[in-house]
Amino acid sequence: MTDKYNMPDERGHFGPYGGMFVAETLMEPIRELNEAYQRYIDDPDFIAELDADLQDYVGRPSPLYYAERWSKALGGAQIYLKREDLNHTGAHKVNNTVGQALLAKRMGKTRIIAETGAGQHGVATATVAARLGLECVVYMGAVDVQRQALNVYRMKLLGATVVPVESGSKTLKDALNEALRDWVTNVDNTFYIIGTVAGPHPYPAMVRDFQAIIGREAKQQCLAQVGRLPDALVACVGGGSNAIGLFYPFIDDTSVKMYGVEAAGDGIETGRHSAALCAGRPGVLHGNRTYLMADDDGEIIETHSISAGLDYPGVGPEHAWLKDTGRAEYVSITDDEALEGFHALTSMEGIIPALESSHAMAYAMKLAPTMTKEQIIIVNLSGRGDKDMHTIAQREGIKL
Amino acid sequence: MSRLAAKFAELKQANRKALIPFITVGDPNPEFTVPMLHAMVAAGADILELGVPFSDPMADGPVIQRASERALAHKMSLRKVLALAEEFRQTDKKTPLVLMGYLNPVEMLGYQAFADAAHKADIDGVLTVDLPPEEAAECVELLKEKGIDQIFLLAPNSTEGRVKKMDAVGSGYIYYVSLKGVTGAGHLNTADVEAKLAEIRKNTSLPVGVGFGVKDAQTAKTVAAIADGVVVGSALISKIEENLANPQKAKDEIVELLTSMRLAMDS
Ligand SMILES: Cc1ncc(COP(=O)(O)O)c(C=O)c1O
Repeated sequence: MTDKYNMPDERGHFGPYGGMFVAETLMEPIRELNEAYQRYIDDPDFIAELDADLQDYVGRPSPLYYAERWSKALGGAQIYLKREDLNHTGAHKVNNTVGQALLAKRMGKTRIIAETGAGQHGVATATVAARLGLECVVYMGAVDVQRQALNVYRMKLLGATVVPVESGSKTLKDALNEALRDWVTNVDNTFYIIGTVAGPHPYPAMVRDFQAIIGREAKQQCLAQVGRLPDALVACVGGGSNAIGLFYPFIDDTSVKMYGVEAAGDGIETGRHSAALCAGRPGVLHGNRTYLMADDDGEIIETHSISAGLDYPGVGPEHAWLKDTGRAEYVSITDDEALEGFHALTSMEGIIPALESSHAMAYAMKLAPTMTKEQIIIVNLSGRGDKDMHTIAQREGIKL
Repeated sequence: MSRLAAKFAELKQANRKALIPFITVGDPNPEFTVPMLHAMVAAGADILELGVPFSDPMADGPVIQRASERALAHKMSLRKVLALAEEFRQTDKKTPLVLMGYLNPVEMLGYQAFADAAHKADIDGVLTVDLPPEEAAECVELLKEKGIDQIFLLAPNSTEGRVKKMDAVGSGYIYYVSLKGVTGAGHLNTADVEAKLAEIRKNTSLPVGVGFGVKDAQTAKTVAAIADGVVVGSALISKIEENLANPQKAKDEIVELLTSMRLAMDS
């Protein structure tokens, strides 16, 4: 028996990755946050409230659905979809925002801030803020405000203030910078809900723990429905929260292979992608050490992906560790391949996936035929595709 | 004794406070920087903070963010900053130089290569905004071997324990950030700063420079009365931004502002 996986250490390190690389003004707030998180994550009242919210508000458990027709067509492994698209607000993001919002409430914070790329995390944050009656400010790159107009409107309806960020590349990383600047300025009353497993410790561990409900359910459901563990897990990786949520409860089950799928954009060889693990290198950004897309001088490179939610130059530090140790494998899928995945699931199963999730679908299409019919793949369907109708129509030359 | 320690000792002897201007290297263009640095020394600067531009300056307000963007548009980089520092040193062997920036450019170079290059450029101190002492052990060690001081920030919400930590790990001076916020923000509250400095001094004998919110001769004078050094950044860079079409005018206005600060601090 090998030792049980037990990462990170008490200062948030996953081997050389993770940590707390922030300006001094944020050291005290993240210490305070970590203390609260450590206290409540084992507190029966907190867990009971969280579980009730996940059941009655989010709609959990989400089903594990056997994609029978698609599996047969592919002619290899049997594909099961973890239906995070059926959650309230339409993606896995809400698992985390519900958890962090409860923490914010316990800590007596009255104001919530968040960054968002595709807008899914912004919507999930605005949603829980509305429910708890908390002020909510969402930072969003000006470019993303343009390409995700529908989600901007949703956030506004929910009562959030959406601040377009005009600095840098005007996308997700710049929204994160701006949210950090807000937090430094308003630390006393403000709780920063980060949307993925990035940021300084304790965020990568905390967001993972809130998202791990995905993998815990999937494991139980697979055992109940099939009678054994799956052979492989597949999930897309932007910052890496839906992937780590699925992977984490399986890390010690070494027979289960894990594949994280990054966005290859126009193709890794073109340089226009956002595949930090596949094509980047270690560095420090947004509070942690991890794989990054940076040039030789250490400046962060602009990323590209058809899906705004994967358009981020970093990745959660735990994925960097899982890559280096070989426990998980990281692969990439181009924009064109993702679109094929999108259409395959839509036409074969009547499920319209988010463009982010379509990357996982596209990789499953490659993987399944290399496996036997007796084998099982669980693919994380992290979100639904309604938000992407405009992008896809435009890409395919259709006027709505 | 390091150049920084010697400078603070000399100032103490003369009963004066350090005037520490910050500019982003390469803003508005690389040719501007070295003459500007010399002019700032002539105007009474004691220590120079050289801002290393970074694509994602998380702790900076809009003024320094835009300075970074202008410098990066000229392909400024950590290596080029060091080259310009070396150029400055050819005619000024005395004024301490402190690099101020973010960690990722240093990570890409590698800590050892960075320490070597900084030593070669005759840099005296390094202040890395997103490198708290908890993560700094390796970097501090390598810089120390080269006689370079690692300078740390303290903030209004830093606890007593953290002051002790900075005292143990840091050297040169401590940079006290006068307010919760980003560079260029708001007004500093003198009474708050004074109270916090008294607390800090209980746990360190390092000199303390105060920055964030120093805008003019009056604020410089106020801060000089309670701190060992006065750091001014955004107010200088605003002059560059207001005169992008006329860098000479920017330089003159920066000299004028620093001169007025020096006068006010010494009177
Ligand atoms: C549906 C969906 N899947 C995946 C992601 C990527 O984030 P992560 O890698 O943190 O799961 C996003 C981000 O916006 C998303 O909306």
